[in-house]
This record gives sequence, structure tokens and C-alpha cells, in this order.
Amino acid sequence: MTKDINSDSPGIDKQKDFEIRSQNAQCVNVSEVDDTKPWFVNLRYLVAGVLFGIALVKSEVVSWFRIQEMFRLESFHMYGVMGVAVVTGMISVFLIKKFKAKTIDGESIVFTDKRFLKGQVYGGLIFGIGWAITGACPGPLFAQLGMGFTAVGVTIISAIAGTWVYGLLREKLPN
Amino acid sequence: MTVLEFISQPWHWAPAGVVIGLTVPMLLLLGNKHFGISGNLRHICAACIPADIPFFKYNWKKEVWNLFFVAGIVIGAFIASQFLMTPDPIQVAPTLATDLEQYGIDDYSKMLPVQLFSWDMLFSLKGLFFFVIGGFLVGFGTRYAGGCTSGHAIMGLSNLQWPSLVATIMFMIGGFISANLIVPFLLKL
Repeated sequence: MTKDINSDSPGIDKQKDFEIRSQNAQCVNVSEVDDTKPWFVNLRYLVAGVLFGIALVKSEVVSWFRIQEMFRLESFHMYGVMGVAVVTGMISVFLIKKFKAKTIDGESIVFTDKRFLKGQVYGGLIFGIGWAITGACPGPLFAQLGMGFTAVGVTIISAIAGTWVYGLLREKLPN
Repeated sequence: MTVLEFISQPWHWAPAGVVIGLTVPMLLLLGNKHFGISGNLRHICAACIPADIPFFKYNWKKEVWNLFFVAGIVIGAFIASQFLMTPDPIQVAPTLATDLEQYGIDDYSKMLPVQLFSWDMLFSLKGLFFFVIGGFLVGFGTRYAGGCTSGHAIMGLSNLQWPSLVATIMFMIGGFISANLIVPFLLKL
């Protein structure tokens, strides 16, 4: 027995769909209440994105120059931003777990452990090389587009192509 | 000094890091969402060009929140660049500025060197590397690694995931090799 999740993907049951979505993914939507909500609840993530986008620009994380400085060990700035961001995130996750905080919809917050994959080594290295060339990881790529660097749209399309080629070759690569 | 003027100064790394780090609990509390961005590149593949590849055969609409989040980043960056900027040039380490000068990069009016990231440059050998190949490596690498700086380095480390620490260390090694050995070569093209 398979249960359809929606009319677009008949025959794929919920568990199977979750497994595929979880492949090579750090952030998988585990919320059970989303299906019961109208589409516009997603606007809350749009607002979160706006705040994050402003922070990316004002912290200069989107700057190609800052990325070069970081990897050439010429400035502490990026290490400071990243270090403080990680510590802030760690404290937040610790507090959420300790007080068993719930979402604003009253849902329990779920954490899943990540398995080690060889891709984290090979893929990590490949991404790092690309990061220093473009001066942007995926978040800043979209921020640079918003800042008016329209040519970066080509970089984003290339990144989508890179993801697609990975999907195509996935079974042939050491994972 | 008004609030707007205060925000418009370049942010010190400490408060900047706090605001970026707070994205983690914000998304968790808003709806159980784990902070990450590179997944969007995959969702776009799944939505537009799945091509019967098993890796893209999933219900991408389940992750539509992430596409809203990334649309917000574009809007937020637009707002920051239009309304929350001072006219001063970007401050860059003097050693970097000296090195870049020999490659003809000396415009610090924007956060990206306009002499490198313009439409004119796109159709050159340099452009092929800085836009097309660079972008391809970012897209291929992040998915192979299962996450990018946000998913692994911030969300993964916040949740004390050691595979994310491995990924983050590899990002940094790749970046050190690239910025010191590959980028200087590409700038000469």
C-alpha cells in the first residue's frame, strides 16, 4: 500500500519521498503541519530571508574581497562573523533542546543526526575551490543578485547545472 | 545619529555574527525548518528539469519554504544595497589591494570587483572561470557534500554534527588552495 502525498507524484509514498529528499541534504523539512496550512504561511520564511539577506550584505560576507582576505589570512573579519554565528547557533540549539521549545504552531522541534559520507570530503573540497573563485557560497550568490550584480545570475544558473550534473552522476560517484 | 544611519554603517563582525547565527533558532521556531540554502539549487532542478533522475524525483513542494527564504535573501540584499549603505569605499587589507592592483583591479566602490563581475567580463576567458566554472563547482560541490556554509558550517555545527565539521574543514582547505594558487592564476588570464 502506498499513500499518495499529492496528485503530482502518484505512487511515491510519504516515507520514500522523505528518504529521497534527505539524500545529500542538510536541511530537510520535517514539519508535519505544513500540509494543513495555506501557502501564504511561507511568507514568514520570506521575511526571515529578508532579515538574513540584509545581514549578509551588512556583514560583508557577500564581498568577494572579504572571501579572498579570509583565505589569504589577511583579515580576521570572516572568521569573527562565522565563529560568532556558530556559537550563537550552538547556544540557541542547546536552549531549544533543553527547554523543549515548540514552534509558533505548537509543533515539537525535531533534530536529526547526520551520517558521514565521503561526499563531505570530496564535495567539500570541490565547493571550497569554487567558493574562493566566485567569492560566494550559495546564500551570498542570491544576495549578490539582489545587490544588482545581474551577471551573477549566470553563476547561479551554472550552480544549478552543477547540482543537476551531480544528480546525474550520483550513483557512479563514491558516496 | 538616526537608527537608519546606525544600521547603515559597516557592521562589526561580532554583532554581524550574532544576527546571522540567530537565523538558526528563527527558522526552527517559525516552523521546524533547518537553516540551509544550497538545497534550493536541487529543488529548482526537481521542479524544472528532473529528467527522470532518481535524485530529483521527490515532492519539491514540501521544501517550498526554502525557496521563499531565498527569495527573501534577494529582496533583503536589494534593500540593504539601496537604502542601508554609506558612500564610502569598501575597506580591504592593504596586502590584498597591492596584489589585486597588478591584475588591474582597483575599484572598491562595490563589494564585488566591478572590473571582474560585469556582463562585459562574462564573455571572456576570465568570465568563463569566474562565473561559469566557479558556479558549477559551487553547485556540484555543495550537493556532493550535502550542504554549504549555512547547512554544514552554521546549522550542522550548531547541532554538534561531526560530519558537518569534516565538511567545513574541507570547504576551508579547498578555499585556501583556490584563493592562493588558483585565483592568482585565473586573474592573469
